[in-house]
Amino acid sequence: MFLATVVGEVVATIKHPHLRAQRLLLVQPEPTPGRPQAASVIAVDTVDAGIGDRVLVADEGNTAAQVLRMPRGPVRTVIVGVVDETDTTRPS
Amino acid sequence: MHFARVIGTVVATEKVRSWRGSRILLLAPCDSTGTVTGARPLAAIDLVSAAPGQLVFYVRGREAAVALENPENPADAAIVGLVDHVREAPGAMR
Repeated sequence: MFLATVVGEVVATIKHPHLRAQRLLLVQPEPTPGRPQAASVIAVDTVDAGIGDRVLVADEGNTAAQVLRMPRGPVRTVIVGVVDETDTTRPS
Repeated sequence: MHFARVIGTVVATEKVRSWRGSRILLLAPCDSTGTVTGARPLAAIDLVSAAPGQLVFYVRGREAAVALENPENPADAAIVGLVDHVREAPGAMR
């Protein structure tokens, strides 16, 4: 899983039947210092996230199938939580 | 899932049996605005009747194979949607 920010919503009328009635959001992975910014990806929303929310994103096919309660299909990236806060303790 | 622009078609009469009847299109990965990123173009199975020039989204890896009717096939990229539009938050980085 990774942390990301919801930066957009993707509207697609024609899509794979597995994606029917699913909300597709554009998420931008949080930057890692010293590394180039990872590209935004399209994720299926399962938690009613909104634009601007900081979210937890799972990126694995079996996870997606389980969360969506569907057989395995063409979904790997799903939003599984809205982050309230994180606390990082850096080793000194 | 990732954005791409359809840049061509691939014709292959002789191909693995499980791909028979499938269209193969050539994709250039791009961002949400359709600007091609410069990543290597890829060939993907078309599942949504996409056409050259269109902005689409695709899946990679095992998820591409299971997108086909018979999941026992060697696809590693499949087009699964046509983008109508993307509503983006103002000031969002790409």
